[in-house]
Amino acid sequence: MSDRARDEARLGWWLAGPAFVVMVAVTIYPILQAFYDSLFSYRLTAPGDKAFNGGQNYVVVLSDPVWWQAFWVTALITVITVLVELVLGFLLALVMHRAIRSLRGVLRTAILVPYGIITVVSAFAWFYAFDISSGFVNHWFDWVPGIDPDLNWFAHQGTSLFVIMASEIWKTTPFISLLLLAGLSQVAGELEEAAEVDGATWAQRLQRVVLPNMKAAIMVAVLFRALDAFRIFDNVFIMTNGANGTTVLSLLAYRTSIGRLEIGLGSAISVLLFLCVIGICFIAIKLFKVDLASARGEG
Amino acid sequence: MGRRTRSLAALAAVAVALPLAACAAESGPPTLTWYINPDNGGQVEIAARCTQEADGEYRLATEVLPRDAASQREQLARRLAAKDSSIDIMSLDPPFIPELAEPGFLAPIPKDVAEKVSADVVQGAIDGATWKDELVAIPFWANTQLLWYRKSVAEAAGLDPAKEPVTWQQIMDAAKEQGKVLGVQGAKAESLTVWVNALVESAGGHVLENPEAPADEIELGLESDAGRAAAEIIGTIGREGLGGPGLPTADENATMTVFQRDNGSFMVNWPFVWSATNAAVDDGTLDASLVDDIGWALYPRVDEEDEARPPYGGINLGIGAFSEHVDLALAAAQCIVTPENQAEYFATNGNPPASTKAYDDPAVQKAFPMADVIRESLEQAAPRPQTPYYNEVSTGLQETWHPPAAVDPDTTPQESTDFITAVLRGEALL
Repeated sequence: MSDRARDEARLGWWLAGPAFVVMVAVTIYPILQAFYDSLFSYRLTAPGDKAFNGGQNYVVVLSDPVWWQAFWVTALITVITVLVELVLGFLLALVMHRAIRSLRGVLRTAILVPYGIITVVSAFAWFYAFDISSGFVNHWFDWVPGIDPDLNWFAHQGTSLFVIMASEIWKTTPFISLLLLAGLSQVAGELEEAAEVDGATWAQRLQRVVLPNMKAAIMVAVLFRALDAFRIFDNVFIMTNGANGTTVLSLLAYRTSIGRLEIGLGSAISVLLFLCVIGICFIAIKLFKVDLASARGEG
Repeated sequence: MGRRTRSLAALAAVAVALPLAACAAESGPPTLTWYINPDNGGQVEIAARCTQEADGEYRLATEVLPRDAASQREQLARRLAAKDSSIDIMSLDPPFIPELAEPGFLAPIPKDVAEKVSADVVQGAIDGATWKDELVAIPFWANTQLLWYRKSVAEAAGLDPAKEPVTWQQIMDAAKEQGKVLGVQGAKAESLTVWVNALVESAGGHVLENPEAPADEIELGLESDAGRAAAEIIGTIGREGLGGPGLPTADENATMTVFQRDNGSFMVNWPFVWSATNAAVDDGTLDASLVDDIGWALYPRVDEEDEARPPYGGINLGIGAFSEHVDLALAAAQCIVTPENQAEYFATNGNPPASTKAYDDPAVQKAFPMADVIRESLEQAAPRPQTPYYNEVSTGLQETWHPPAAVDPDTTPQESTDFITAVLRGEALL
């Protein structure tokens, strides 16, 4: 290695050093601490009784139907919201892509408004909109035949999950649409034109030219949103607090660690949630790599 | 040492010395911090009065805790577990007191102070501040639920709850016959635990038979006639729609809104509904005639013969075990709970006193014409289970007694017992 290369490497370490220290302090250390705590029977209000119990906390968690129900509800929310957001986000991206140049900026700003709102605030707004005593949504049903105007949205699992997912989709679709818009911009216009000259319909061009060239953008969007959706907390906490089968994994971890002050059990749930998130990352990155390879013509 | 180095060293010395000098310059009496629950400013006023009365012995500052009781408990428990010395006085919800007392997070209340602060105090408040036969907190204000009713509805049903106690069956029949809605709290929240506990106690039972026992030895009392009677009442109200479509999500405020509507009939709720309804009338959002139609009485009975055990709530003052000024904090707490302060607090903030003397204050009688009923209700009120594992018991009840329409006297008490027992033994998650 030349002196110059060695100096550059040293500078690189110095520049990355602070970020590395911060990452260790706020990410690696808490993860390790959570894993360590998950091996103990440890209640915050009984600090003297802290005792190593091996993997017993994991056995309790994984053999409990409450955890599995929370897992499936979390997975359901993740799958449905990501799918709907992808479809809506793509349609929005198409509209923005085709919009007159002067309107593009206005459109992008307008659709970003929900994404800019703090989740707690938007969750309260949706809660009050659907609340049976103060919400305006039920007033709309006054004139819709066949629908109960006294429907208590937060009294049933299905309707509660519908409102939770709708608020999540409303808030995050703009983010997806911007990612996909960036992907759309990468599709070479010549390819589309060539397909059009060859007589391909709009649907055929979309299916055979546009979408295959946007795979990388779609995968990035799916990865970001799937990770985010799997950690959903604010909406559920505010709207139902887990009532009627709407408990998600992050809420279960919170309820156990903070509500019951059972740090050991709560840490085990958090570690399992972390492993699920790592699993999603692993799958998505694998798919993403394949896609990049195929995009470069290596696949 | 070069000139430049000497200058830097001098600058560093000044930089270190200045803040220290600022610390040393802080003089005067110690500042005690009182962690309060949110209110309409009444506790801040009391803190100012006590600071003045301390005559330079201490200053009393307030810090506001989160709005709901569970979040208040969470924050205090976490900080006390970390031996936070900044916590001198805490406004504590009674059910959470044993959990803080058991690990020694609360400073002991000396016998002479305990005797002083227990004199002329309603029994419910003393019970709520006691753990293992010792007073571990100082009673401040004591809440209870009353039966609120629309006089027109009660009259049409041939009932006069102010003169003769009514039963749950009677108010359910009255609401059903007249197509009206009952105001009860069916949301999956602490208010549901309050309702279940009051019903079980009123039926002569207890949610926990031995609340002071360790977690794995606690026995539940739900599989009993009292537990089944409570389940019968909640299940009937839920299944027959007597609580209206909003019942599964109805908290205290939603219940009040239901009661204030044209189809309101009877409601169990805390006294804040009186000042809130009057304020709404003053604001013009409610018709003035509504206030004339509202009556109040003791909590409904489960059995005609047995007295009701109304819910008990309120706030007691705990002294932080890690405070650097425990003696001063005890003195300040005694100042806070004087009958005069409690009366003023009730009249201005709507929170009923724990002191029986405070109810005689003319300002109280004027602001709350039902003050005597509240005092009577507090004397027969039953606290929720006093156990360090209250959170598990309460959340376990909410998990198994919700939604109200699914509550079945044949299965719910059994399921609830099994579930809470498993949670307490560390065999199940909440």
